[in-house]
Amino acid sequence: MTALAPTIPWKASAKDDYRVCGVTTLKVDLHTERLIIANAVMAVVTLLLGGIAALLIALTRWQAIHLLDATWFYRLLTLHGIDMLVAWIVFFEMAGLHFGSTVLLNARHAAPKLAWFGFILMVIGGLMVNVVVLFDTNSIVMFTAYVPMKAHPLFYLSYILFAVGALIATITFFINIVVAKREKRFEGSLPLAVFGLMTAAILAVYTLLQGAIAIVPALFWSLGWIANYDPGIYRNFFWGFGHPAQQVNLAAMVAIWYMLAQMTTGIRPLNEKFSRLAFILYLFFINLGSAHHLLVDPGLSFAWKAVNTSYAMYLAVLGSMMHAFSIPAAIEVAQRAKGHNKGLFGWLRNAPWGEPGFGGLFMSMIIFGFIGGVTGVTIGTEQINMLAHNTLRLPGHFHATVVGGTTLAFMAFTYYVIPLIFRKELKLKSWAKWQPYVFGGGTILVSLGMITSGLQGVARRNWDITFAGVVPGTVDLSLAIFGIGALIAVVGGIMYITIVLASILTGPRMEAGQLLLVGGTQNPLLESTKLTDEQMEHPKNQPKGTLIIVFVFLVWFAVYYLSNWWLLGRTWFIR
Amino acid sequence: MKMLAPEKIWWKPFGRMEKNWLTVAFVWCVFLTVMMPLWYFYGKQNVPTETYRVTREQYAAKVNEFVTQYQVGDENGIPVVAPPPGSDVFLRASTWQWYPILQLEKGQTYRLHISSMDLQHGFSLQPVNINLQVIPGYDYVATIVPTSTGEFTIVCNEFCNLGHHTMVGKIIVK
Repeated sequence: MTALAPTIPWKASAKDDYRVCGVTTLKVDLHTERLIIANAVMAVVTLLLGGIAALLIALTRWQAIHLLDATWFYRLLTLHGIDMLVAWIVFFEMAGLHFGSTVLLNARHAAPKLAWFGFILMVIGGLMVNVVVLFDTNSIVMFTAYVPMKAHPLFYLSYILFAVGALIATITFFINIVVAKREKRFEGSLPLAVFGLMTAAILAVYTLLQGAIAIVPALFWSLGWIANYDPGIYRNFFWGFGHPAQQVNLAAMVAIWYMLAQMTTGIRPLNEKFSRLAFILYLFFINLGSAHHLLVDPGLSFAWKAVNTSYAMYLAVLGSMMHAFSIPAAIEVAQRAKGHNKGLFGWLRNAPWGEPGFGGLFMSMIIFGFIGGVTGVTIGTEQINMLAHNTLRLPGHFHATVVGGTTLAFMAFTYYVIPLIFRKELKLKSWAKWQPYVFGGGTILVSLGMITSGLQGVARRNWDITFAGVVPGTVDLSLAIFGIGALIAVVGGIMYITIVLASILTGPRMEAGQLLLVGGTQNPLLESTKLTDEQMEHPKNQPKGTLIIVFVFLVWFAVYYLSNWWLLGRTWFIR
Repeated sequence: MKMLAPEKIWWKPFGRMEKNWLTVAFVWCVFLTVMMPLWYFYGKQNVPTETYRVTREQYAAKVNEFVTQYQVGDENGIPVVAPPPGSDVFLRASTWQWYPILQLEKGQTYRLHISSMDLQHGFSLQPVNINLQVIPGYDYVATIVPTSTGEFTIVCNEFCNLGHHTMVGKIIVK
């Protein structure tokens, strides 16, 4: 294992307080360790809150059950959006940023007090918003809180506290990198995963600032300090925050994909330039996607909508398509180099399917790409959006990206954080083995059920669509698929939370002995360093199977996209 | 940090497969981009852009004038209005009502104005499945041609407080 030892020793300094991880030989700053644990615990707590809400609202929209009354449905839908889309994911991302800017760089946490201050603001904001929505009926305004629907001032204040806290924590990410560079803790370029996390962090800074621009006037307006807040302008500002927030998730998720691939199959990126360029495309173009939410709004021109919704020229989509090739290709090359060379897909058949990190990575990539990405680009097309705006197709799309994609990747990553950072043995390993498939499978049904309902015109955020008396009978079927999927996904979520709690609450603290959880004793991280250029470039090891997978993906993309134009062409003429 | 850091010089030319995929993906992105202006010029279904600033009082007055002029009936207290083809048609959204009921003719063109009296609402015409955002203070004008006949429902699909799901309206096409 000495081969992995960092080349540059830490300077003897009173500030340094670290341990060396026995598995990865990485130095873990103890401040970072405590910050990661605190953020991860809050992430799981908010996931639990949002998950309870998820179960109840899904059982309400499943028309055959229709569990809650209207007020509780809308209340819990508001909470579900906030706890999942903001709290769970951002707490987890902050843990990731503290990890990436210190442990992966062999560096110390240079601003732990500031990071704790940010964390405390996030906790106050995150818990306060739950209390406000639960106890104040006027604050049942959904995650989007569209002006002129007026919530309690504390509602807006909790958004602001959470966003400022997250901004402060994100700033410590940059401080850490600058200090690490200055103290020469690492040489040369940032590792790819940290580069990806930095993309997420840069996106996060302007996302959170934009959040302040949207929400601060709303706070003043709810306090009566300003008389009017134009609802169209609010939408523009809000989505300047709401949409990029999802792009932060995207960049963080892709960074975690690269890490999971390296940890479970020992990859080396085929071409660092290729992967980094894809992140750069996110950085420059992805924020234009805020326009996706304004495509059928009054007051905006075709040109404005078309340029923005297309990310200039689908350049951010290009970034994702690059990752969609480079990650499986790297896995294929690494697998082939290990001798899994039979046929086009022998490398895939022999992949470590039982390893939760790989199962999670696979499901996350498939759901994100084949469902989330394809439907997102399609409904984000200026004219096609008229068929989809505010129907269940919208949540159908983003449950595939944020739940099936981001959340599943984060869950899979957690299983490695527990032994390596919490230093607790992972319990219920056989559950962990199945959890990504259960959760992913459920999410697929949720997404498909929602999308097919939305295609039939079922509105999102609606307690009882049958009230309108318009929906054909097949809607009952698609809503039932959604409901059953939600139950399965909730089982997956309960498995995840049980595994995490059982692991961290019981058993003694112990150093991890190995990296893989079920896949044996080898250390793929170590293997990745042994992949030589000759192996990578050997004709036998080329990613031919991946090329077929990505072309199948492209065909499916084209079929779905073009069939939506066909659907649009059948409706009333409108201009 | 050998296992995580990139090689010292990682700025290397792309491999053959990377180049191929990048080219194909880029061509696809260009196609996606071109489809929107193509449809804008040649398609029959485009997102309306015509918009006017309007106060609630002004818009309410226009709706009332429109209803008085063309009312032909009444359904549960909501007027049924049959405007002549080619005319300006006014639809008012408020919690939790679409007002009035419109009676249109197939194949004729109408300038459909939509605005809200209070919160944001969502105009969702079913089962035609045309969806537009309705924002107070904005008079949104959609030039429409109904291409099918029957009774169509207008569902509100933007959350507008606790009675949101009861907000249902109607367009009749003859």
